Amino acid sequence: MSETGHSATGYIIHHLTNLRFDLTQGRFLHGEEIGGFGVLHVDTMFFSISLGVLFCWLFRKAARTATSGIPGPLQNFCEIMVGFVDTQVKDSFHGRNPVIAPLALTIFVWVFLWNAMDLIPVDLLPAIAGMLGIPYLRVVPSTDLNSTFGMSISVLLLVYYYSIKVKGPGHFAMEVLTHPFGKWFMPFNLLLRIVEDLAKPISLGLRLFGNLYAGELIFILIALLPWWIQFTLGWPWAVFHLLIITLQAFIFMVLTIVYLSMAHEDH
Amino acid sequence: MNFNATLIGQMITFGLLVLFTMKYVWPPIIQAMQDRQKQIADGLASAERGLREQELAKAKAAQMLKEAKQQAAEIVAQANKRANEIIEQSKTEARSEGNRQLAAAQAEIEQEVNRAREQLRSQVVSLAIAGASKILKHEVDEAANAAMLEDLVTQL
Repeated sequence: MSETGHSATGYIIHHLTNLRFDLTQGRFLHGEEIGGFGVLHVDTMFFSISLGVLFCWLFRKAARTATSGIPGPLQNFCEIMVGFVDTQVKDSFHGRNPVIAPLALTIFVWVFLWNAMDLIPVDLLPAIAGMLGIPYLRVVPSTDLNSTFGMSISVLLLVYYYSIKVKGPGHFAMEVLTHPFGKWFMPFNLLLRIVEDLAKPISLGLRLFGNLYAGELIFILIALLPWWIQFTLGWPWAVFHLLIITLQAFIFMVLTIVYLSMAHEDH
Repeated sequence: MNFNATLIGQMITFGLLVLFTMKYVWPPIIQAMQDRQKQIADGLASAERGLREQELAKAKAAQMLKEAKQQAAEIVAQANKRANEIIEQSKTEARSEGNRQLAAAQAEIEQEVNRAREQLRSQVVSLAIAGASKILKHEVDEAANAAMLEDLVTQL
């Protein structure tokens, strides 16, 4: 893949282009076309839904046959995940909420599966798709801002939902306006609150996106090297990435728990 | 890289996944885990109880063994005593039986001796008479001599 500079750039750009379907025009977009808000990234949706279905299928299978006796290997695995997430939730969240723990489990496993797609050789799936006549394919959903922000904005909405539900609308409004500097600084407090609440989804979404996007980009750059040297960089990077993908999934989950537990507590 | 309908799609997907997990995945698994935790705790508790009961049973068994030994010793002692008694009784009986037999034998011997003595006496009388009659031939008054000899015999 190491050819002229132009084709290398083209290779990278091609690898970073989604398969876009414009819902307003009812057609796939080609080349440099960007389209408006009506565009759907078909590859992102396909892989994230597939991985979501995989997650549901796997855990549902374990849950349906779950026994309090001797667990099988699958149940053991799922119990380790559930136990791990449950510990994390109990560590940082002290209220009673039936949503948070399953939510955290979903985030952890789903994000992990998204990230794990990064370990598949960068050219494999796009090449297969190319043979099937699909011009663009990005296989890692977490390198799409729409995925990471879709999740972090959902978390923010949940934070607001529980803030208002637990504290009551009046109390919540009081908290927004009078915290942290008292009622004489209302506009300033509100501004601070807006910044604080904007920082939550942006830091959540951008952190995951940035890590995985950079990781994928480096895999693509490694793929530009001659084939006989690639493993010297590709292998260490993949090993290092094992840590990254788990860590990023874990961070996303823990921060979600923390934000939601903050929504349940008075300042 | 820009925001578009994918964002909404991902939010919907995420929501559905969370709902699914909440309804169908989390409760059974966590339930199974809690049940197992309870089972293990129960098992440990009953094991503890079993251990205590075993210790109690051991102590009881030791006590019973001790009592049994004591009883056995008593029985052996009694048996020994009884055996000695029986031996003593037997000895006494044997002794008295021996005495009785001895007495009977002595009586029989005496009887025999008396009878022999009687026989001898009568034979001596007839022998003496025969002797005397041989010595004196017919010159002797048989009646007077007989009386005299009778006298002699009684003095034997």
